[in-house]
Amino acid sequence: MKILEVRGVNKRFGGLQALNDVNLSVEDGGVHAIIGPNGAGKSTLLNCFVGRLTPDSGSVTFNGQSLLGIKPHEINQAGVSRVFQTPEIFTDLTVLENVMIPALAHRDGAFRLNPMRRLRDEGIIRQKAIDVLEDIGLEESLDMVAASMYRGDKRRLEMAMGLVQDPKLLLLDEPTAGMSRADTNNTIDVLRHISDTRGITMVIIEHDMHVVFSLADRISVLAQGGVIAEDVPGNIKGNPKVQEAYLGGAH
Amino acid sequence: MTSASKTNDTALFLFFIFMVIAGPILLAPIGASYPDLLQKFAIFGIFAIGFNILFGLTGYLSFGHAAFLGVGSYAAVWMFKLLSYNVLPALVLSVVVAGLFSVVIGYISLRRSGIYFSILTLAFAQMMFNIAYSVATPITNGETGLQIYNDDPQWLQGADSPLTTNLFGLKMNDVFWRPEYLGFEAQFNVGYYFCAIFLIIAFYVALRINRSPFGMMLRAIKTNQNRLNYTGISTRPYTLAAFVISGMYAGLAGGLWACMDPLAGAERMQWTASGEVVLMTILGGAGTMLGPVLGAGFIKYFEAIFSKINDQVLHSVFSFMPEGADNFIVAIVHPFVGKGWHLTLGLLFMVIVIFLPGGLIGGLTRLGRLFRRGQSDSAGRR
Amino acid sequence: MDAVLLQILNGLDKGSAYALIALGLTLIFGTLGVVNFAHGALFMIGAFCAVTLNKVFALSSVAIDPVKTDFLGNPLKVKTPYLEKWFGDFGSLLMDWSVPLAILVSIPVMLLIGFVMERGLIRHFYKRPHADQILVTFGLAIVLQEIVKAFYGANPIQTPAPAAFVGTLDIGVMLGFAQNAISYPYWRLVYFCFACLVIFCVFAFLQFTTFGMVVRAGMADRETVGLLGININKKFTIMFGLAACVAGMAGVMYTPINSPNYHMGMDFLVLSFVVVVVGGMGSLPGAVLAGFLLGILESFASMNEVKQFFESIYLPSIDQVIIYLVAVIVLLVRPRGLMGRKGVMEE
Repeated sequence: MKILEVRGVNKRFGGLQALNDVNLSVEDGGVHAIIGPNGAGKSTLLNCFVGRLTPDSGSVTFNGQSLLGIKPHEINQAGVSRVFQTPEIFTDLTVLENVMIPALAHRDGAFRLNPMRRLRDEGIIRQKAIDVLEDIGLEESLDMVAASMYRGDKRRLEMAMGLVQDPKLLLLDEPTAGMSRADTNNTIDVLRHISDTRGITMVIIEHDMHVVFSLADRISVLAQGGVIAEDVPGNIKGNPKVQEAYLGGAH
Repeated sequence: MTSASKTNDTALFLFFIFMVIAGPILLAPIGASYPDLLQKFAIFGIFAIGFNILFGLTGYLSFGHAAFLGVGSYAAVWMFKLLSYNVLPALVLSVVVAGLFSVVIGYISLRRSGIYFSILTLAFAQMMFNIAYSVATPITNGETGLQIYNDDPQWLQGADSPLTTNLFGLKMNDVFWRPEYLGFEAQFNVGYYFCAIFLIIAFYVALRINRSPFGMMLRAIKTNQNRLNYTGISTRPYTLAAFVISGMYAGLAGGLWACMDPLAGAERMQWTASGEVVLMTILGGAGTMLGPVLGAGFIKYFEAIFSKINDQVLHSVFSFMPEGADNFIVAIVHPFVGKGWHLTLGLLFMVIVIFLPGGLIGGLTRLGRLFRRGQSDSAGRR
Repeated sequence: MDAVLLQILNGLDKGSAYALIALGLTLIFGTLGVVNFAHGALFMIGAFCAVTLNKVFALSSVAIDPVKTDFLGNPLKVKTPYLEKWFGDFGSLLMDWSVPLAILVSIPVMLLIGFVMERGLIRHFYKRPHADQILVTFGLAIVLQEIVKAFYGANPIQTPAPAAFVGTLDIGVMLGFAQNAISYPYWRLVYFCFACLVIFCVFAFLQFTTFGMVVRAGMADRETVGLLGININKKFTIMFGLAACVAGMAGVMYTPINSPNYHMGMDFLVLSFVVVVVGGMGSLPGAVLAGFLLGILESFASMNEVKQFFESIYLPSIDQVIIYLVAVIVLLVRPRGLMGRKGVMEE
């Protein structure tokens, strides 16, 4: 079954054709990686999934529901969560609060007026947030103000905020960029573990081929705004078009 | 949120109740224990607490909140005119009407954020001021201000009920106890304690809002509204709810003001009045619980003191100085006191924003932290 | 038809003032990214430059004239302005022309105030939140207007235009309407022409000078210009001084139309903000266009026929609120304003 279907998506920025008739489908379950050289349109494509950008033409459907023309929070409520490349966290709030917010959004919907309810009575939500933070290795800094965290920890917090929502589809934008080798391996293990145990479908944009080939069940290769190959990892390596995109483009 | 902060909150609330109830005694030594000023403390305390729910939590800077206060006053006076001098219906109507106005104005203004929001609320407030001042004269009595006349219907006014604002016969302007201690006189006034009850409730509600999931969402809006949208939260209803709640607080304050003194005038809605509540909040510390009340008290106290000072008072204060020097000092101080109070207010505004962005509470916290760090440093060295 | 023309003309002077203030606001906002709540105060200070010059020129020596007596037979004190005493007719002429001459005074004064404000205050707020910028300029606006109040009192001060411009021009006759159908005070015409000239100069300056090019580039994309290694800070200071100058000159020339008082700045500021929002935040032509449009609109709303019509549908005194209503409608229908660039208003 396809969870995400992208059909004929085009996007222009002035004179630049950022996306050129992109077709892509993501199977339910497993990890789908989107790779490609710099400027291939990976981030643009991801932005089209979450409502940050609207394609000029084409369709994006999630579980049969169109994602175009609806607001970012509605897309999230439909079950698509996004993990940002540069951490977009609530810097003035504590780490625990940062994770409780998406958890509450998942449980209560886009808006709930509960000004007289005590936050500390939200035991289940709190526990859920703590569980995710434990999974990701941040259980030590629950009451720390997010602004004072290390950069790597902010990225992990960012990931926890996506995971706590139990999304049907999790979009990760270069989750390991700038991480040390050890942290990267750790992140791979966490993502692998979550994908196996919780059955969350993931779409990963990644530069690091080590990450891609350790995680991905399927890979799409994007070059110059179009998908040039889509296959299992074993076949991608030998694909001449891919080799040309990565090597030939450089010449 | 941990059990420690739970006890902190309880302690804070109990401390607040104590301060409010003991207000007349505590404030007597600084000459602030008279009904008019005490009532202003409570009324503007409520106003600032409400404003803080919007500005302190969400970061949306409204420059038009005095409009809701004015609307509340008008609504209350109309209830006095139509029904009776009983304050309860007046307060109910002022909160409801202010709530309705804030829904409309909030709905439109909140389509924009940041500076645009500030400009829009300012424009709305100015429009409301114009309406109250000239357009809607039949309702607001224009320049003169709305007041109660002998030929007003007052359908529910009982034959023997007092001809002044009251709560089922309990007159608001009654001073029921005037103890003297240490040479100071304290005045215990019905109106003040009536306002104080609402102040305590207002504080409690604000405290609960701050500690609720709703309050957390508001604080998240201040930090990173965009991210909240990608987290599945629709931020506009949250900001609107905060706007309306703070508008209703303002309406309550306006209603109480009319209950203490059954008048309503357009000048209550002017941009200077809106600016004043902003100043109260940032002076005390936006986003803190006690800050806005502290700021309101501070401003109203110094307004009362400064406005009363004239050159005679100044001369008597500086009379210890040599001849000539005192004249010189008086000439320097003169523009800042009496009618020049607004100049002091403007300077205070700038000084607070430039040097003390966290307000008084923020400054105290920073001092406390420095002190504690100093202690732990010396402990570490040992 | 003549009535309509008359209202358009009547709206032009206020519209000119709105346009000039909004132009400065937009320049400052577009380049520095700061909303200047003290901009109205600059307009007011300009007006008081004219008042001051007027008063300075009118400084008189007092002499007792033994010949003339008042009705009680006491000798009369006669005031002779020094200017007249020293320069004779030329002195009288100077006095008469004090308002236009105040322009020359206001330019250095406003530049100085602008420089001091930017260097001393605004500069330190570029990186602070917008709320702080608003608050500190708001505080400054209060301080400035209270200082003026302390010196000049709270009452409006009459500052007449040169005698040559007193009286009205019968435009109606020129266009073939009845006599006195459209008579328009000369000074308002002067004000409108002056405003057009200033606007033209500002646009020409931005269009044809290197400095202007950098500023325009900065308005389009501030970060990139910063990256080009251009000393943007110095340009910001000059920009701020220029905007202050425009506001000040607008204030100087406005004095004969409405006697200046200390709170005129804030009155105009609120409306100028509305103008900026309607015109499109960050768009200079939008600010000018919206300024004139709203001025004319306000003037139309104060027409008796229009008022009566709105009163018949239970909207009395429409002229007091029309601008705000229009702003709300524009905002709802076209959020980025009349000429706003995409994305500027839409956050």
